[in-house]
Amino acid sequence: VPEKAEFARFEQVVLPHLGAAYNLARWITGNDHDAEDVVQESYLRALKFFDGFRGSNSRPWLLTIVRNTCFTWLRQNRFSELNTELDEEQHGKEKEPANPESILVLAAQSEIVRKAIEELPPEFREVVILREMEGMSYKEIADIASIPVGTVMSRLARARSRLQQLLSGHRTSGVGA
Amino acid sequence: MKCREARELIHGFVDSELGLVWNLEMEHHIHECRGCSGAHERLRAMHTVLSDNSLIFTPAAGLQDRLRARLRSVSRAEDRVWTISPSWRGIGIAAALVLCIAATWQVAITTQHFSTTETIGQEVVASHVRSLMATHLTDVPSSDQHTVKPWFNGKLDFSPLVADLADRGFVLDGGRLDYLGNRAVAALVYRRRQHVINLFIWPTSQPDSAIRTFDRQGYHAFDWTKDHVTYWAVSDLNPEELRQFAEMLRSTEQLAACAAIASDVNDRRTSISVYD
Repeated sequence: VPEKAEFARFEQVVLPHLGAAYNLARWITGNDHDAEDVVQESYLRALKFFDGFRGSNSRPWLLTIVRNTCFTWLRQNRFSELNTELDEEQHGKEKEPANPESILVLAAQSEIVRKAIEELPPEFREVVILREMEGMSYKEIADIASIPVGTVMSRLARARSRLQQLLSGHRTSGVGA
Repeated sequence: MKCREARELIHGFVDSELGLVWNLEMEHHIHECRGCSGAHERLRAMHTVLSDNSLIFTPAAGLQDRLRARLRSVSRAEDRVWTISPSWRGIGIAAALVLCIAATWQVAITTQHFSTTETIGQEVVASHVRSLMATHLTDVPSSDQHTVKPWFNGKLDFSPLVADLADRGFVLDGGRLDYLGNRAVAALVYRRRQHVINLFIWPTSQPDSAIRTFDRQGYHAFDWTKDHVTYWAVSDLNPEELRQFAEMLRSTEQLAACAAIASDVNDRRTSISVYD
């Protein structure tokens, strides 16, 4: 039966990206329970539309579905979060830019970095996750989030500059700074 | 290369997204310029921090198995539909025949309506695409509903609802006169992020209808009729948000007021001076 073979192919091609799917969903929804729901929902949708998938790279294809499911979830459950703007005001205190070493120290302090990423509005958070953690290209991110490539770059630039700002506030509270 | 240019390209550079030529120019500039070199180092440090494994959420141990089981049961349920025991097949076929006959009736009744919707839908999408191609998206470019609405005065035999949905993330961009289904219609232009939404409005004698969906060439459209006014919202925006837009408009209270005038127009077929 072709259906069976098709399902086996689905398991083989799409299921291995569960980690990436979960990571994105977890970052957007902000908690384990909803992330699991969104991931399950996404996989059910993916299975339904698998017939139409002809490409060779199933990861961005799956992440597009996950991303859309996440944003549907946001609209239903966290509408206010969708309307938050990126806070880009210079907050005065930190005039001189951080030196790279003081940023690198933060790699050992994932809680601080995690909080900073969580402060970004979802549209900015997703490009950071897809680029920095999942290593997706601008083109792939543009397809996943249905935005132009130029917007991917400008969102990344703004998100990174906001993150630097947020993290530089923690420089002094870092390990033996 | 100037610093200003370098700072614009520096993210593309760090992400290896620049072509060969720009890459070389950037390397050269960073080598020469201390400021940009510092910015570059900071971005690389940020990448190290942000791509650290400790930030990646891994699914709970059981998720993969649960997911697999659920997917299996769904796909099996779909198979089951086609593997009913033979004794039931006869009944199934008989039932299907009855359904077919009933459906044919239904189709006969709705075909006429459907084909009109189909034709108008195609016209709407075509008009949307045309409006984006030409440099003529709006005749009256304004985000102020009180500027856009009166502009239609004397140009149409009805006064369209111009809703302000800026606080809901749909910014009014202006209005335009358009021609659809052999009549002049109002086209309102809204923006959601970089997506343009054309909202076509005209009075009709059709009864109210729920919001229906129509897809063509990657564009989505939703249409509905309320209080003798037909609305078509069309865009390349994702269907969820476009539906949300349609639902907000459909439930806008002002509609009631607008509709009274529109149906008045419809009945008397006279041109009415505008209420605002």
